[in-house]
Amino acid sequence: MPFFVPTDDPGANFPELLRRVGLRHDLDARGHLDVPHATTCVALTYTDGVVMAGDRRATSGNLISHRSMDKVVQADSHSGVAIAGAAGPAMEMIRLFQLQLEHYEKVEGSPLSLEGKANQLSMMVRGNLPAAMQGMVVVPLFAGYDVRRGLGRLFAYDVTGGRYEEREYVATGSGSLHAGTVIKVGFRSGLDRNGAIDLAVRSIWEAADADSATGGPDALRGIYPIVATVTADGWEPVDDDDLAPRFAAIADEVRAR
Amino acid sequence: MTTPFYVAPEQVMKDRADYARKGIARGRALVAVRYADGIAIVAENPSETLRKVSEIYDRIAFAGVGKYNEFDQLRVAGIRAADLKGYQYSRDDVDARTLANQYAQILGTVFTHEMKPMEVEILVAEVGHEPDGDQMFHILYDGTVNDHRDVAVLGGDAESIAARLAESFAADLDLHAAVRIGVAALAGPDRELPPTELEVAHLTRGNGRRCFQRIDDDAVASILSS
Repeated sequence: MPFFVPTDDPGANFPELLRRVGLRHDLDARGHLDVPHATTCVALTYTDGVVMAGDRRATSGNLISHRSMDKVVQADSHSGVAIAGAAGPAMEMIRLFQLQLEHYEKVEGSPLSLEGKANQLSMMVRGNLPAAMQGMVVVPLFAGYDVRRGLGRLFAYDVTGGRYEEREYVATGSGSLHAGTVIKVGFRSGLDRNGAIDLAVRSIWEAADADSATGGPDALRGIYPIVATVTADGWEPVDDDDLAPRFAAIADEVRAR
Repeated sequence: MTTPFYVAPEQVMKDRADYARKGIARGRALVAVRYADGIAIVAENPSETLRKVSEIYDRIAFAGVGKYNEFDQLRVAGIRAADLKGYQYSRDDVDARTLANQYAQILGTVFTHEMKPMEVEILVAEVGHEPDGDQMFHILYDGTVNDHRDVAVLGGDAESIAARLAESFAADLDLHAAVRIGVAALAGPDRELPPTELEVAHLTRGNGRRCFQRIDDDAVASILSS
């Protein structure tokens, strides 16, 4: 059991605790590695909060390395994180981020503010910069419901840990140009939950249609993109039974053209 | 140079134990009661913000009585140990028994090696996936560990509280009944404890991943009045 004297205490900082007990090994790869990459994720705001969505595909070069990856995951009760980039470091970053939020909440007795969480993630992305220089880039999206301000908020990042708050929508990953454009065209203020989910679903569809690294709905295997909402009531995944007819409707529309 | 007086080791240990016991007896008590779906913890605590009961991990709660800064230090150490173990291995590998043993090591070492013992008693409770898996470990100021099946009492006046609780406890209580008998046992026959003087939390099976939950004053009031 780690025990520290008061003047030498890592506080509620879990990554620092890992470093102190010798469990944190920063990636310091030389040369360029070809590792699986995760792709398109989007998030947008609507009246009650935010919607997040991401496809399920991971690719290694021209190969599909994984068909059912969860790139959009719950970070804590009122926020979620989505990742694009090198799958291994990204999953590790998410695991550490989730744990840090929970660790802070337990040690301090109250959760971090949404902005505090966004800044925490920013530091983790910055910490990954040496690995990013070797090709293991991780670019997350962070979205959540700010319970203090009573609104949904979105944050985008760059590889250096730069944090950019967006008011309407944000997209990341290889299909982000197409997905972002679909949302940009379809976005209007005062979207309801249904409209926001439809728009997110459409954006993933179009990204998958135009970008080979983005996976669309896989009705054959029953694998659908992950979509979730975050509102005052917290994180709520949209289940596949709800998503399947939305994708079917888009398919019918395309067929009828 | 003067030679220090010889003091028998038995006397040193006895003095330290008396010192710790006195400190603990001054504070208010807490009880843990097993019920059908988990474990309810009821503490007498007039503070709205300083907690005696808290979450350690998905299925594990911590409760402490005695000197606040000392058991809070132990609480944080427990969260760190649990989070580190869950990160290094798996969430399933974090268990109350290991934590209780680690706490016992710390308290035992402090008791024998430091100037003053920690004036605390702590409880590590774990809710199992099945009722059979529920565990409670009561660790004393000197590192003595006791495990309990149904109820645990920590703090001053523990004996009479335990006697009252043993009388009212029954198997397969519901949460509200467990809280009510806990409060009644803490209060005793001559006083009534209002919700503002209480801190109530529970570990409940099937509460999702994180089983620990607090019950706020309003909810406690409605439990007590029903």
